[in-house]
Amino acid sequence: MITIVDYGLGNIKAFVNVYNRLNIAIKIAHSVADLRASTKIILPGVGDFDHAMTLINNSGFRETLDDLVLNKKIPVLGICVGMQILAKSSEEGNLPGLGWINASVKKFDQETIPFKTHLPHMGWNTLDHIVGNKLLNDLEVSPRFYFLHSYYFDCNNTNNIIASTNYGIDFASAVNNVNIYGVQFHPEKSHHNGVQILKNFGNL
Amino acid sequence: MLIPRIIPCLLVHNKGLVKTVKFKDPKYVGDPINAVKIFNEKEVDEIIVLDIDATVERREPDYKMIENLATECRMPLCYGGGVKTVEQAQRIFSLGVEKVALSSAAVENPALISDVAKIVGKQSVVVVLDVKKKTLGNKYEVYINNAKMNTGINPINYAQQLEELGVGEIVLNSIENDGTLKGYDLNIAKKVREVISVPMTIIGGAGSFNHIGELINHFGIIGAGAGSIFVFKGKYRAVLINYPNRLEKEKLFQNYYNEMKK
Repeated sequence: MITIVDYGLGNIKAFVNVYNRLNIAIKIAHSVADLRASTKIILPGVGDFDHAMTLINNSGFRETLDDLVLNKKIPVLGICVGMQILAKSSEEGNLPGLGWINASVKKFDQETIPFKTHLPHMGWNTLDHIVGNKLLNDLEVSPRFYFLHSYYFDCNNTNNIIASTNYGIDFASAVNNVNIYGVQFHPEKSHHNGVQILKNFGNL
Repeated sequence: MLIPRIIPCLLVHNKGLVKTVKFKDPKYVGDPINAVKIFNEKEVDEIIVLDIDATVERREPDYKMIENLATECRMPLCYGGGVKTVEQAQRIFSLGVEKVALSSAAVENPALISDVAKIVGKQSVVVVLDVKKKTLGNKYEVYINNAKMNTGINPINYAQQLEELGVGEIVLNSIENDGTLKGYDLNIAKKVREVISVPMTIIGGAGSFNHIGELINHFGIIGAGAGSIFVFKGKYRAVLINYPNRLEKEKLFQNYYNEMKK
């Protein structure tokens, strides 16, 4: 059973909808007991890094999450800010992240962004340099996904990068460290390509 | 490569979808959820839904409707209408909306923009500027309350101020071009684009896919918003939801691709 962590952020119902259409069982984790029953976890997210960390630290889920992900090695997928909080820190805030992936979150440098483009990085962009990974199976060539962010995930270990996207610089748009996955884009809002990724996560 | 966004902009009036001409004469075009279902199938880039009654009727946003829309939308959703407080904005985000649009509240209380941005991140705060050219000269002014009230504010200065306050996107809507199908007002769009660096979406006047192409040729990365062409077909304005398919879109982006390759 996939559970989606309801810590007050993100398009929880959009995920539930996608998985219902795919006939893959999903449940919203409202309690630690719900979370304990899960075999896969989705960490959704929109918004500010510190706000997300504050919510997750105060949710009552933090210890259970650490245990399930770090000790029991249950697959987890962080989305957008849900991905960024997998890192150790972010230039957007002062709070430490979950630290599950050796990375820090940095702000795009507007100097390096090509002429006529802007911050936030908003809209449909392609995944380039896709590394063979089960999360990214069966995607079309140069698949497009919806992005909405001003900060990017900077991996200290480049082996963790499974796809990159160009916005002035190549940044990690999908990452994986053992059982821990993160995507910067919104698969729940990216039409058929997004559905494919959520399906792949369901089939891991 | 990032591509321009082509965005249906839907207006909600008396719980139904309507399309206006110059912000007047709302014509019923269907049920919001139904429209979203069809736009899902067409794989639209993004969708903007504006409740044009909420502020005028001084009421709360219709949370039930927003939740239903957000649940149905398989593309990013921007909601606007009647949002006056951080609490309301936060509640709307919790329903699964990616962006919240402010209009009159941003004029009355500019601090609201930074307050909302602090909670949800600045990328999710949108301000809609309904603009109209003054009768004399080449100056524009910002209107609120469905173009019923002239604030006298200069949209160019105001856009700069909004960026300083931490807005994530500016939607520029031409009151005079709304529903007329005569093309975008590129004049004011260029002036605002020059002074800010946040993403922008232009609405008002698109009468054909060529108008959208023209906008993209001018700006490259831009949001091309439209109402009429995505809900009407033919000169008798029969209601028919439509949207450029993949090939048609690629054609509209051709100049932009060539530009980027240089």
